[in-house]
Amino acid sequence: MRTLFFLIQKEFLQIMRNKTILIMMTILPIFQLIVLSNAATNEVKEVKIILLDHDLSETSRALTRKIMANEHFRLIDQLFSKEQALEKMQANEADIILEVPGNFEREFVRGEKPAMQMLVNAINGQQATVGSGYLRNIINTYNRDIFSEIHWMPRPATSHSGIDVSSRYWYNPMLRYTDFMVPGILAELTALLTIVLTAMNVVREREIGTIEQVNVTPIKKWQFIIGKLVPFLCVGMFIMTVGLTVGKIVFDIPMVGSLGLLFVYAFINLIAVLGFGLLISNFADTQQQAIFVAFFFILIFILMSGLFTPIDSMPTWAQYLTKANPLAHFIAVSRKVLMKGSGFLDLTSEFIYTTILAIIFNAAAIWSYKKQE
Amino acid sequence: MIKVFRAFIQKEIYHILRDRRTLLILFGMPVAQVLIFGFAVTNEFKNANIDILDQAKDQTSSKLVRHMTSSGHFNVNRMLVSEKQVEEGFRSGKTDLVMVIPADFSKDLYTYDPAQVQLIADGSDPNMANALVQYARVMINDFQQQEYKRPANPYQVNIETRMLYNPLLESAYNFIPGTIALILLIISAMMTSLTIAREKEQGTMEILLVSPLPPLLIILGKVAPYAILSFIDAVLILVMGYFIFGVPVTGSLVLLLCLCMVYVITALSLGTLISTTSETQQDAMMKSLIGLLMPSTLLSGFIFPLTSMPEVLQYISHIIPATYFIEILKGIMLRGVGLEYIIFEVSVLLFMIVAFLTLTWKKFKIRLE
Repeated sequence: MRTLFFLIQKEFLQIMRNKTILIMMTILPIFQLIVLSNAATNEVKEVKIILLDHDLSETSRALTRKIMANEHFRLIDQLFSKEQALEKMQANEADIILEVPGNFEREFVRGEKPAMQMLVNAINGQQATVGSGYLRNIINTYNRDIFSEIHWMPRPATSHSGIDVSSRYWYNPMLRYTDFMVPGILAELTALLTIVLTAMNVVREREIGTIEQVNVTPIKKWQFIIGKLVPFLCVGMFIMTVGLTVGKIVFDIPMVGSLGLLFVYAFINLIAVLGFGLLISNFADTQQQAIFVAFFFILIFILMSGLFTPIDSMPTWAQYLTKANPLAHFIAVSRKVLMKGSGFLDLTSEFIYTTILAIIFNAAAIWSYKKQE
Repeated sequence: MIKVFRAFIQKEIYHILRDRRTLLILFGMPVAQVLIFGFAVTNEFKNANIDILDQAKDQTSSKLVRHMTSSGHFNVNRMLVSEKQVEEGFRSGKTDLVMVIPADFSKDLYTYDPAQVQLIADGSDPNMANALVQYARVMINDFQQQEYKRPANPYQVNIETRMLYNPLLESAYNFIPGTIALILLIISAMMTSLTIAREKEQGTMEILLVSPLPPLLIILGKVAPYAILSFIDAVLILVMGYFIFGVPVTGSLVLLLCLCMVYVITALSLGTLISTTSETQQDAMMKSLIGLLMPSTLLSGFIFPLTSMPEVLQYISHIIPATYFIEILKGIMLRGVGLEYIIFEVSVLLFMIVAFLTLTWKKFKIRLE
């Protein structure tokens, strides 16, 4: 026990002495949290539109005015030649070209239902689908309101009034995107930094040769591993605390559930990811190797964690894979506890999976750590 | 001199080839990323779980329930019996949307009072909540159209949509260029900065500096192998994109490869610059993480649309090489443009190379303190 105490003391001294790690623990998470949470929005705010109105009639003008009144649309040009418009599209200056054919008004008044043409620059998928969706909605509304818009039209008699759909958004009535992103990013950062720091730390000892000195002492394998685990566990918890504080101060994230529960879960999850970091370090001889192996897995972990894209939308086989991803559980728990106030009973599956992962990773790390080369 | 330099490059290549694990990762990373983006991750909402609280329990309401599930977008998770259960599903994360059909639903449907259907969404994921509510509204409207034929309104406007450059809205058209930009940056810039920092940390840089080679050639010799590796990776991703996902190269392939090389050189000069300012590998890694990887992933327009971001971040995105390179790739690969359309982006990259190299030259110390 005393041996372990001294080992842990040594690690703490080394961490506190190392400027890089100190920066990684404080400035990096704050910086990342602020930038990431602001950048990570899937809303489409600006769709650039070029208008080709070949009709220039009262009706076409009224309709295009109506379309351009939408706050998401920005008219960048009004042209009369399709070639010119397409050229601008090719230079990526426009997302949508809206073309009103000649005779639009005449056909409209005759009830011939004229068609507008919408050409969408579909490379940026989101801009394309969301933008064209907005446009379609506007046209639909226009068609629906046409009776009230145009007073000289005969009104068809309606016999009923249909369905009124009302919608409410629980836990986030304003649909604030940062409320959703900050808890997720916080979990991701905490896990990611601890993996990288541990993997690099052990390998660095190997690279410099100090690990030999530790190996010739009567220190046992498990003592060495736990001696590495405990300090970085504290580092992880510290990052988590810093992140939560920044999240509260800068983004005013909701904290509905019990923070204690979140910290207990974070503790288990950190043990799992630390074990994973140690496991990586056992298979690397240089820091460069360690970073790249860690990176490889982190990339997969992040992409498959539900941080940016919903896990429910993945194919079934991929959803099963996420069970082995500690990050996915961490992000889910962080969001549920902070936003919905989920309790322990709502999170039993996450707790169970994470505990199993913690045991597997650490057992593998202890087993694969060799004292003699 | 030439002989010495060639021997030096050979030594560096041996170093890299000897390290099998890193090599495996270097080629495994792009492959894994492309496959995950292609087969596992999607931004669309499929099979959302919906709970239904049907207080009417008659023919019309069950017809509506059937109609909701017919689309394949919604799975009915549970039929609820009381309002109390609504929260349970949300808190355990098992349900995304709850539809409440009121008791007097069918009666209302055929009278003058509109029937009230309520949708309750889990707003903790705003994107999903929004999409699901919009979608459910469309479905309910459809149902209404079917239930009682409205007289057609002759005065209406139709709209025809054509999706240019990506008619099937394949997500691969977006992630293949993004992945190329990102992987080249990781390999070129991170590897370079770490390699040079490592020589410094271990003290072997001094040995190199007293060799007959001028410092510039030493750096060049160190980065050249990584340039070759990155280039192979770029081709690998292009080939995967073409054969697995059918992402074409509409424009000139030669131009594309030349510009890949320009971007690789930009990334390498950036990596060298980072290494001159760091003393240890940890230091170099941290600077690469903050300065390169994170901004390039998030602020290059690869994952999130730039126009939606706060203005400050949009300015930052303009100093990131990946932003310009993704633009170049999309231009050549998908819109098939020639050099004249992307001349601005190319000039920016060239300017960046000159700037980074000048800074490196100024910072690179031949003498050690």
